[in-house]
Amino acid sequence: MTDTPISGAKALINCLKNEGVDTIFGYPGGVLLPLYDELYDSDINHILVRHEQCAAHAADGYARATGKVGVCLATSGPGATNLVTGIANAYMDSVPIVAITGQVPTPMIGNDAFQEADITGITLPITKHNYLVRDVEDLPGVVKEAFYIASTGRPGPVLIDLPKDITTDEFEFTYPGRTYLRGYHPDVGIDEDAVKRAASMILDSECPVIYAGGGVIISDSSSELLKLAETIQAPVTTTLLGIGAFPQSNPLSLRMLGMHGTKYANYAVQESDLLIAIGARFDDRVTGKIDAFAPHAKVIHIDIDPAEIGKNVRVDLPVIGDAKTILQSLISHLQKMQTRSGAWLGKVGAWKKKHPLSYVQSNEVIKPQYVVQEIHKACPDAIIVTEVGQNQMWAAQYFQFENPRTFITSGGLGTMGYGFPAAIGAKVGRPDRTVIDIAGDGSFQMTSQELATVSKSKIKVIVAILNNSYLGMVRQWQELFFDERYSYTDISQSVDFVKLAEAYNLVGIRAEKPSEVPSAISEALSADRTVVIDFVVDPMENVFPMVPAGAAINQILDPGEVA
Amino acid sequence: MRHTLAVLVENKPGVLARVSGLFSRRGYNIESLAVGMTENPEISRMTIVVEGDDRVLLQVTSQLSKLIDVISISDLPPSESVDRGLALIKVAADTDTRAEIMQIASIFRAKIIDVGAETLVIEVTGGKGKIRAIEDMLDRFGIKEVVRTGRVALHRGTKTVGGEYR
Ligand SMILES: Cc1ncc(C[n+]2csc(CCOP(=O)(O)OP(=O)(O)O)c2C)c(N)n1
Ligand SMILES: [Mg+2]
Repeated sequence: MTDTPISGAKALINCLKNEGVDTIFGYPGGVLLPLYDELYDSDINHILVRHEQCAAHAADGYARATGKVGVCLATSGPGATNLVTGIANAYMDSVPIVAITGQVPTPMIGNDAFQEADITGITLPITKHNYLVRDVEDLPGVVKEAFYIASTGRPGPVLIDLPKDITTDEFEFTYPGRTYLRGYHPDVGIDEDAVKRAASMILDSECPVIYAGGGVIISDSSSELLKLAETIQAPVTTTLLGIGAFPQSNPLSLRMLGMHGTKYANYAVQESDLLIAIGARFDDRVTGKIDAFAPHAKVIHIDIDPAEIGKNVRVDLPVIGDAKTILQSLISHLQKMQTRSGAWLGKVGAWKKKHPLSYVQSNEVIKPQYVVQEIHKACPDAIIVTEVGQNQMWAAQYFQFENPRTFITSGGLGTMGYGFPAAIGAKVGRPDRTVIDIAGDGSFQMTSQELATVSKSKIKVIVAILNNSYLGMVRQWQELFFDERYSYTDISQSVDFVKLAEAYNLVGIRAEKPSEVPSAISEALSADRTVVIDFVVDPMENVFPMVPAGAAINQILDPGEVA
Repeated sequence: MRHTLAVLVENKPGVLARVSGLFSRRGYNIESLAVGMTENPEISRMTIVVEGDDRVLLQVTSQLSKLIDVISISDLPPSESVDRGLALIKVAADTDTRAEIMQIASIFRAKIIDVGAETLVIEVTGGKGKIRAIEDMLDRFGIKEVVRTGRVALHRGTKTVGGEYR
């Protein structure tokens, strides 16, 4: 590409541009000075966060909203260790991010130099792969591999640790066109025989249920999923991360299953004779008591990661590969299928009718579920991001999701404080969309310093705090299982969120009565900058239905049924 | 069930940590692990002996395959492979016992590699059983120290592991 030698820092920028990177979320520091000097002139958009954890979450939110690789950048030592939660979060939810960390100069590595941390060692168990670059000549190949590994197969975070001297060393830069790794072969192809067997198991079944996970969204196979469901007339339930993979308005939708899923989804799974799992991993929040999960069902497990097969449950037929390709092939084998007898769908329909999601509305106090419903009414095609806790479950239950990449949440790790920075990333990736973080008062306080980021960088998101004055989800468990002993979960009267927003030159709105909810939302939608809405909600509201820990998922209880 | 896995990996820094970290984090027990360069200096070979049923073995191999630096994994069934470990045993020996110990060593086709006034160092190669047997025999003389390598294994006959990559 060029014959005049360039520095590693310049080369890195070139590499990133070659990978189509338009945005980096980062925070500078000593060893990154040469790189930041290059960023100064670069047309890559750098968003300065206020804590490195949020750089990783923002890259993660960007990746989930766009399907592209998110990039974050942090300095050595504390900058790098601050990324750890964000990287672990991306790892658990299979999100493609590339994290770049500065490192002390190579001659000083291992000497406990100032701001040295062994970040490749630290992130070994939470990255798909990581690199310590020891020679500037390796840099282009490493970046190429990092993006390739992050975005292919089962995606995940890849970290590149870049010693300072590597960024100043000069070399003749060329960017590799392709990369070959003898130990990594994400294109596994598909086993047509297995697909045929899946088709015949489907034809033989009377009560099938499709159980769709985040893999459907990652592999961009929502339309194939819809086609499959309609072809075989099977109801579809999704995991938390699978929300958006299947339109919830479709009569075949059972919404979410598991601990806070719908009763009808859980009943259907428990009575099914065939469970078709697609890009899902039988997490304990889904299965409840594992030995009692889907006891009558044969299991077809479609997944790109062979290590997921049989990890948690016994699988009758694994189908390894890209879900999109597999579903396309599967549909082609099923085309001529007669419509299923109506009995199963009739039964499922009766459960849906009998056990809808419900809560008791109030005219005095704002119910958090009502807030979510009103947000949906006002802005049905928003990208909804959540924090963790009750707020997350109410968002999952009471918004109606129709499209992939519109629900962004920390599933595997359950990271409080994820939502706001992820919303920032989502908005930067999808500036055309309204992005709303449905937040908890506790979670938001973990990363609220990013109000400075959105203020300075002029990014508009809406933070809708379901302010129940508690670490609500923990309080709920204390209420139900620990004799209402609310040990250290009361966080009332600790901050005025309206003033907090205003302190950052943003808009703060408070709603204290149900009647104020719609106007607060519409005011927020029309504001020209980030808005924090403090919805003062019923502090004692609980998330229902729920499966108590250790119970089978059909032992799913309504309020008052918890012993 | 005990399984012997031959794992070809990139000969790069940190690969051993990736592999051993995976085992400890996922709760798989390594009974023995030996690592060394292959005939191709870019590739190292690990021989890993793990205990577990078929389900565990499948998890171990599929998780190992996910490591980018792991090139190939083969299970070497005992009937189709040969394996050896090596042990050095320092045993107390004086003029009265030395001859008897040397006789035991020769029965096991072990070698005396150091002779001191009060000790002998014996090198013994073999499967796990053989090494344990010689230890049992030497026990009454007073074993001062034992060091053992991990086991290494190869297929019998023409079969090799990792085919094209090596
Ligand atoms: C970083 C982190 N720390 C602790 C927890 C444990 N935890 C799960 S939910 C929750 C309470 C969340 O409170 P809040 O954000 O107010 O949400 P709410 O449940 O009240 O809607 C806590 C402490 C967690 N998930 N993440
Ligand atoms: Mg709360």
